[in-house]
Amino acid sequence: MPREFTPKVVTGNALIEGDVIYLTAEDDWTRDLAEAELLTDEGHANLRLLMAEGQPETVVGPYLADAAESVDGPQPTHFREAFRRTGPSNYFHGKQAELS
Amino acid sequence: MYDYSEFDSAFVAERNRQFRHQVERRISGALTEDEFKPLRLMNGLYLQLHAYMLRVAIPYGTINSRQMRQLAMIAERWDKGYGHFTTRQNIQYNWPRLNDVPDMLDALAEVGMHAIQTSGNTIRNVTADHFAGAAADEIADPRPVAELIRQWSTDHPEFQFLPRKFKIAVTGAPNDRAVTLAHDIGLQIVEQDGEIGYRVIVGGGLGRTPMIGKVIAEFVSQDDLLPYIEAVVSVWNLLGRRDNKYKSRIKITVHEHGIDDIRARVEERFAVIRPTFTGIDTVLFEDIKTAFAPPAFETGSTAVFETAYKTDPIFRAWSDTNLAEHRAPGYAIVQISLKAHGATPGDASAEQMRVMADLAEAYGHDHIRISHEQNVILPHVHKSDLPEIHGILKKHGLATANIGLISDIIACPGMDYCALATARSIPIAQEIATRFDELKLEQDIGDLKIKISGCINACGHHHVGQIGILGLDRAGVENYQITLGGDHTQDAAIGQRTGPGFAYDEIIPAVERIIFAYLDLRAGPEEAFLDTFRRVGMDPFKAALYEQAQTHAAE
Repeated sequence: MPREFTPKVVTGNALIEGDVIYLTAEDDWTRDLAEAELLTDEGHANLRLLMAEGQPETVVGPYLADAAESVDGPQPTHFREAFRRTGPSNYFHGKQAELS
Repeated sequence: MYDYSEFDSAFVAERNRQFRHQVERRISGALTEDEFKPLRLMNGLYLQLHAYMLRVAIPYGTINSRQMRQLAMIAERWDKGYGHFTTRQNIQYNWPRLNDVPDMLDALAEVGMHAIQTSGNTIRNVTADHFAGAAADEIADPRPVAELIRQWSTDHPEFQFLPRKFKIAVTGAPNDRAVTLAHDIGLQIVEQDGEIGYRVIVGGGLGRTPMIGKVIAEFVSQDDLLPYIEAVVSVWNLLGRRDNKYKSRIKITVHEHGIDDIRARVEERFAVIRPTFTGIDTVLFEDIKTAFAPPAFETGSTAVFETAYKTDPIFRAWSDTNLAEHRAPGYAIVQISLKAHGATPGDASAEQMRVMADLAEAYGHDHIRISHEQNVILPHVHKSDLPEIHGILKKHGLATANIGLISDIIACPGMDYCALATARSIPIAQEIATRFDELKLEQDIGDLKIKISGCINACGHHHVGQIGILGLDRAGVENYQITLGGDHTQDAAIGQRTGPGFAYDEIIPAVERIIFAYLDLRAGPEEAFLDTFRRVGMDPFKAALYEQAQTHAAE
């Protein structure tokens, strides 16, 4: 039996800065997961990923990452995505510093 | 040390020029990421979790003060003011922007450095004993041959698309500080009837399938060495598995075919290519050797050192742990710990890099080494200068007296940076160091090597840690497996798994239980952890790890 589709966001790394970016519903890229478009339909998700793959001048290695719905926007469901959203734990560098 | 020839400089300049254009074409859209990725990897540029990472080669871990200052400048100008020294004696910058990397490479080239072959399926940076040229137990300095291999392997046309990466390490001393038994090729300098030659080990490696290397040749003469190594790589280049990434390293080839079969093939290949080496390599080797001639050692009094040793307990503690025996009278090898309790193993700020560069220039004949244990070495220091050096190190957070102790931990970047990682390693190292510093047990525990990897690829050498910790992703949660009894020396051994792993918040207490079990079990303070483990075996440690945990849970 195929696995049930779980909600996703499109994410990858920015070409120049190399940092984590997410696709928004407005076809823009954001550095804040909370502003990402949460994709709940599998067909639509694949379409959004295709669109991201068509922007190699902006994003490197786009993929669909699991995320959960919340009042504050999409939330990571796996610790790897939680670190990608925040930055390293040994220094206050990366997103946690830039978005604060 | 070896200075780049015009040929070397022109080669690096040309590569940098090519890469600058490749970056421009990637940014303009003329190159896709699929086209660009192999090109950037050839120049040491990775894309990690949060940013790009530039891995710069420090061949055989040797640099001088000018190069160290340039590394500091690069860290400040294009990164976040620090660099990370790795288990392969390299330095990594964790935050470069793609469009700055060509300038960073040009800045490196100004001081004879580069990032070529620090990635990709090529022969990687050749590593060597970090005490090379200074150690009291050395037969010969391993760096000249490491440099010879670097020159031979750089851009070697036959070896740019190998089945997988290929790593060579050299030791010139019988006490192996270069982990030669866990490399694709390990070279051990040996003496036979007055002639210096090489014992050649193949098929060692860590990662998913850890293997201790096997002796393929007991003695290869200097004249035969390059063709012999070329024969080994050449045999593997044809035979190595390209169908399966996990079976592509030479350790698997040796394992699948057997060392005798590989030896026969290598000898056959050697017979074919030996005549093509007309002796230019041995002439070159003699030239290189002169570049590594030892400095003119001074012969002053060491009274200042002895007085400080007697009167200053902090200096004494540091001397006892951080100095190693030098081959010249009145000299010592200084190990600068990049493992301050609670700090990230292997990280140095730009300011610290400059301090170490200044010390090397003023007191260390301008020699600096990076160790695979992620520390910095001043290999040639007269003992009379040690009190002053210690005073300066103290002011810059570089005087931690913990070399070889429980807080001198090797840790890979783990999931704080690495795209391949399955769990974090840096915070585990930080917490172990902090915890045992609080307990004030570090000196009492004595010699102990903890090594931590954040995934099965084992950059943190966990298999050969006396206590090895491997971070995994178990059903979406960080989980840490423990191995005991590993050994990275000439008696190399792969550690044995204790049993089920531990969650992130359970791993520090688990390490504590192992340590308290050791303190109970050891025959006396002089019996090191590894000796106790070898004497009593796994069972008492298992009991301490798992049964005590159950008892506590039941309480």
